[in-house]
This record gives sequence, structure tokens and C-alpha cells, in this order.
Amino acid sequence: MKRIAIVDYGSGNVRSVRKALERAGQSVRGTVSTIVTDDPDDLMSVDGIVLPGVGHFADCAAALRSRSGLIEAIHEAVFSHGRPFMGICVGMQLLATFGEEDQITPGLDWISGSVGRLRPSSSRLPIPHMGWNTLLEVSNHPVLAGLGDEPHVYFTHSYAITPKETQDIAAQTDYGGSIAAAVARGPLFGTQFHPEKSQTVGQKILLNFLNWRPG
Amino acid sequence: MLKVRVIPCLDVKDGRTVKGVQFVDLKDAGDPVSLARAYDSQGADELCFLDITASVEGRGAMIEVIERTADECFMPLTVGGGVRTPDDMVTMLRAGADKVAINTAAVMEPDIVSACARKVGRQAVVVAVDVRRSTEDGEPKWGVYTHGGRRPAGIDAIEFIRHVVSLGAGEILLTSMDRDGTKEGYDLQLLQAARKVSSVPIIASGGAGNVDHMAQAIAVGGADAVLAASIFHFGEASVSEAKMAIARAGAPVRLARKDKA
Repeated sequence: MKRIAIVDYGSGNVRSVRKALERAGQSVRGTVSTIVTDDPDDLMSVDGIVLPGVGHFADCAAALRSRSGLIEAIHEAVFSHGRPFMGICVGMQLLATFGEEDQITPGLDWISGSVGRLRPSSSRLPIPHMGWNTLLEVSNHPVLAGLGDEPHVYFTHSYAITPKETQDIAAQTDYGGSIAAAVARGPLFGTQFHPEKSQTVGQKILLNFLNWRPG
Repeated sequence: MLKVRVIPCLDVKDGRTVKGVQFVDLKDAGDPVSLARAYDSQGADELCFLDITASVEGRGAMIEVIERTADECFMPLTVGGGVRTPDDMVTMLRAGADKVAINTAAVMEPDIVSACARKVGRQAVVVAVDVRRSTEDGEPKWGVYTHGGRRPAGIDAIEFIRHVVSLGAGEILLTSMDRDGTKEGYDLQLLQAARKVSSVPIIASGGAGNVDHMAQAIAVGGADAVLAASIFHFGEASVSEAKMAIARAGAPVRLARKDKA
């Protein structure tokens, strides 16, 4: 029995993330249950943590910080107990040192880097970067295993993370230049795209996450 | 490379799909969730639900449709119809939608676009622009219409698109009311004119009669996505046939594994 917490801090498509994880969990040996919570105590007893997030970096960061003890609890579960963590979209971007959306806002700084506006090489490319794009330079990270040739995943964003250390980039995509599509560092994993909306490829990624034991 | 999107659109009234959908191998084509499931397995890139219900009760039914669809179709969902405030938008997003389209409210009070973008992020804010064509000094012009295309707003559509993009629209769903239901093809000049002023993606809508029309909307009109209803619902073309026509026209699409061989 595996329990996964989806952190509900008032931002993000919690319902879709939950349902997609539960569907992926049907292929895991044993059973998977999910809880949607913002209670730090709940995070002490789960086997994995998912942090969704959509919207404005500053708003998401403020919402997360407004819940007393929540960040500390995530930190302890992940870094002291080695529980796997997955951030999705802005939930991933919050791992960075700071975000530049409208203003400079400090992030969690668990992955060194910044979150800045997309600047594709061609001004003809629309922003937001919206739709299905191919994952490139996919690392051998366990969460990205077995995706097949040219996996397509669904993106919808105007800002992206630039990790300071290139080895923290687990996969890229191209949109008038490289974008970090997934980042990973120790027990932390994060996607700019939406695995919960990426049909079979997304389901495979969520299944891999459920089976992942960070070393 | 980012792929062009093919988006089936479902009109929903009181929780049921309308337009007498005849879908191959589908027991209950009136059930939007069954239809969504079929398009999911066809490899649709996104689904669009337009709520054409007038009543408050019907509104609740729409939320339930979104929830039931999102619970089993793990793909992007856009919902529109009757959305007036940022809170309406949040309700739809929490039900499982990824993007919400606003139409009449954005025309009546354009600042609502900024308020929505601030609340949910601009990537979730679609402005649905319904237009009708006229000719002025031999040049085509397009006017904005509201209330399901019935009421002229007296606003130039291209100027309106420029304005709502500057206010925070993340995408434009551009429907030619003249072409809608005619099967004569999308209004390519309209798409080209909109493309020139919009820095956000444009979804072409209204007039698809065959898959080559979709390819033209992309290759000639410069659209980022094509939306169609009846051509898919009546089984005249499948999503993968549409994608193959677009690919033949030289635009990138996401083909299902079985279509590649």
C-alpha cells in the first residue's frame, strides 16, 4: 500500500492530478491511494509528494508560504526521509532559487536556477508555448524510462526554469531554443509539462514516479 | 517541435451533446463523456466543450460533465459558455478544465480578461471571438458578435483581438459565424489578419467541411490549431485523417503510434 500526497495550496488542477495518479496506480503492484492535503502532519506519513501549480509564480509561492509549516514538512519528508517528490508546472518552477514573473520572487532554492520568460529565437512563435511538444535529450532518470521514440507531452506556459547546473536538466524540449522540460536532483523531480494531461506518455511517467525509489 | 493541434468541439446543453451526433460505434452519442472518450482514443490533441445552456441548472450539469471527463480522459480540456467572472473560471478549472473560454463578458467588459489572467494565469484564459464578415472599400472587415453570434457588438474583430491579447488573453478561439455550418472551409483571410496582430496561439473555427480545409487553415491561414464539430461527430473524418492531411501540407502533427506505420 502506497500513499501519495497531492499538496493542495489553492493552486493547480488538483483533481486531474489525483485522478491521473490513481489511474496510473492501477498498474502498480499493491495498491496506491492518494490524499489531497495542505496539512504538514499528513506529509510525514506518505510515500511520495506531488506539488501541482498553475498561474502566477509569485501567487503560488505566496500561497505555499501562507500555510504554516508546509514547506518545512515537504523539506523534511523529501530530504530527511528520501520521499520522492514531483513538481508539476509552477509546482516545479517553485523549486528554483527565484522567479522573474513581473517581480523577483524567492523560490524554494532546492534546485539552483531561475524562472524567466520564454524568449524564442523567432518572434513569430506564439507565447504561451501551448500544445504537444517532443521530449529531447531524455536522461536515464527512472521517472523518464520507457517512453518510446519521440515522446509527446502537453505544455502550456510562458515561463521556464533555467537550472544553474545543466546536470539538473532531465529532459528538454525545443521551442525556438531549448527549454528545460524536466528537472531532477536527488529525490526531487519536476516537469514543466503536464503529465496528468499527456495521455499515455503522461500515464507512463506517473507510473514510473509511483515505482521510483530515489537512491 | 511544437505540433499543430486538432480539437473536436462538443456543444453541450443541459449536460447532453446536441446537433444529433452520429458517432461510429458509440452507444450513447448524446453523452459528452462517451464522446470525449472516443476522441481521446482517436488521438485528439485537446477537447473543447461549449455550454449552450441558458439555465442555472444546466450550468451545474456542465460542471459535472467536465468532472466526469477529466476523471477518465487525461488530456487538455477547454470549456466555454456562460463564463462571466474569474471565480466562474476557477470553478471550471477545479472541475478539471485546463482552459476556459470567455466570449460575451470579454466584449462587454474587456478588463475581465486581465482579472482572469491574474487569477488563473494567462495560459488558462481563452478569448472566444465570434465574427461576421463585411466588405468596406473592397477590403474585408470583420465585426465582433456576442450572445452566440446573434448580437453585433459594433467592434472591429482584429482590433479587439489585439486589445484582448494585450490584456492577457492566452489564446484566441476565432470563429467565423458566416462559415459556421457551411462546410465551405475556414475564412483564411480572417485567420491571416488575426495572425498578424496576435502574439498568442489562434484556434481556427467555423466552416470545416473536409480535412483539406483544416490543412489550409494551418498552412495558409497560419492557425496554431483547428477546431471542428460536425465533421468529426458525423464520422465524415477522423482525427487521425485530419492530422495526416495537415502533415501532407507540411505542418508538424502528433500522430498516434498506429498511424505512423
